[in-house]
Amino acid sequence: MATRSSWMYLDEKQRLGKLEDNLKRRMQILGWIRSFFNEQGFLEVETPVFVPAVAPERYIKPVECQSGYLSTSPELYMKRMLAAGYAKIYQISRCFRDGEKGRQHNPEFSLLEWYRAGADYLQMIKDTENLFHYIAIKLSGKPLVRYMAKEIDLMPPWKRITVQDAFLTAAGWDPLSVDDEKRFDDDLVLKVIPSFPSEQPTVLMDYPAKMASLARIKETKPEVAERAEFFISGLEMANAYSELTDPLEQASRFAGEKRLIETEQNRRVVSPDKFLESMKYLPACAGNALGIDRLVMFFCNTDSIQDVIPFTADTA
Amino acid sequence: MNIEEVSKNKKILLDEIPYNVDDVDFMKPGKGSAVYRIKFRNLMDGGILERTYHSGDKLKEADVATYDMQYLYHENGNYIFMNTDTFEQHYMTEDRMGSRGVFLKDGMVIPVQLLGDAPIEITLPNFVELEIVETSMSTGKETVTAQNKPAKLSNGMEIGVPTFIKAGDIIKVDTRTGAYVERVGNKK
Repeated sequence: MATRSSWMYLDEKQRLGKLEDNLKRRMQILGWIRSFFNEQGFLEVETPVFVPAVAPERYIKPVECQSGYLSTSPELYMKRMLAAGYAKIYQISRCFRDGEKGRQHNPEFSLLEWYRAGADYLQMIKDTENLFHYIAIKLSGKPLVRYMAKEIDLMPPWKRITVQDAFLTAAGWDPLSVDDEKRFDDDLVLKVIPSFPSEQPTVLMDYPAKMASLARIKETKPEVAERAEFFISGLEMANAYSELTDPLEQASRFAGEKRLIETEQNRRVVSPDKFLESMKYLPACAGNALGIDRLVMFFCNTDSIQDVIPFTADTA
Repeated sequence: MNIEEVSKNKKILLDEIPYNVDDVDFMKPGKGSAVYRIKFRNLMDGGILERTYHSGDKLKEADVATYDMQYLYHENGNYIFMNTDTFEQHYMTEDRMGSRGVFLKDGMVIPVQLLGDAPIEITLPNFVELEIVETSMSTGKETVTAQNKPAKLSNGMEIGVPTFIKAGDIIKVDTRTGAYVERVGNKK
């Protein structure tokens, strides 16, 4: 008679067995990401995953440990390296965001971040286009990828649209003149992203200044921030900034987020003071954060994160 | 229940009507707040409903209890279960059971969820063992290619099986997909 534990084993064997092709492709892709950056003279770095403070962000909840947090992003440490003189760095690291679980989310995930001193978000857009193109060529020799029964052309340049134009077209209102965050989040998910062309990636750029996060405000148009998000077939791939380099402005943004988090969510926020201190020396720079799991999902033609990692929060 | 805790197959009351959560789509682009698209199935009439929620929203959980029950028999369009502690009997209609009923075996003990007195959900084991009652003979010439042939099982199902499978063999079937998994023995 089979026991309950032998059924469980069979179930797991079957599940993991089906993932083998995707996991092999994942490791291949990680190798190509590294060669893409190494060939351009970037240095791969490793910064802490267990940290005393994370960037205070209202909608990103860190996993709290007894004497610190698990990293939500390596951004602050990588910027401290830029402040110390490193000019081109990248990192592939594990990040943790409490409660983010769904078809495209796992609370523990892999993030690629890269930074360039002296660059802006337009350079990050180019880098992102080139990275996807590079992987597609390595994989099949062509810039075309079949994803969810559609042929997607990764040849740069990708379609670019401002947040203002995208909302005016797909949702019928202007987020630069109307301040309604909840409506913004709903319409972005339910109207704007689904309106993007399916045969090509879309770069959504120039977010309302209020949603600047760690991005700098556009000098020629102060109602927007130099921030870009990348979407392919409904998958959000990456988030790029021309980085804010003004420590006073950053401290005031963090303080605003801290106030909201403490009053709305009743959770303690530790200010990342060493980062704010180092910001005095941060040169003009740009960075991008790209979800590795989503990128692998795209190149493995699946819309579910559990197809590209062997153990998710549900099976761990 | 906080919206963050709502997951697939939880039972929820909307306007006092019980629904099953068929699917939760968690969306959170950029640095914005999370948006939850939830697909509900009305447990009374099977109707489908989709709604959007945000962090901070709350839903009312239906008071559902799970008991180990023995499946007794199928009669007049109902599947009859018996609570193994209280010996009370409960009826589940064919409509609510759907196609899964084919995997029930007389005497099998499985978890059954009750809303009030009515069974609303059963939890089948992921794999069951079934006997082959009919399949064409192997010609003995097959190679190791994954050629499938049709076979009729002891519960009346027809599925594809590898060519080496014979009538009288006991095989393992995945109840979630209805697919052949492996041969486990022979009826003797």
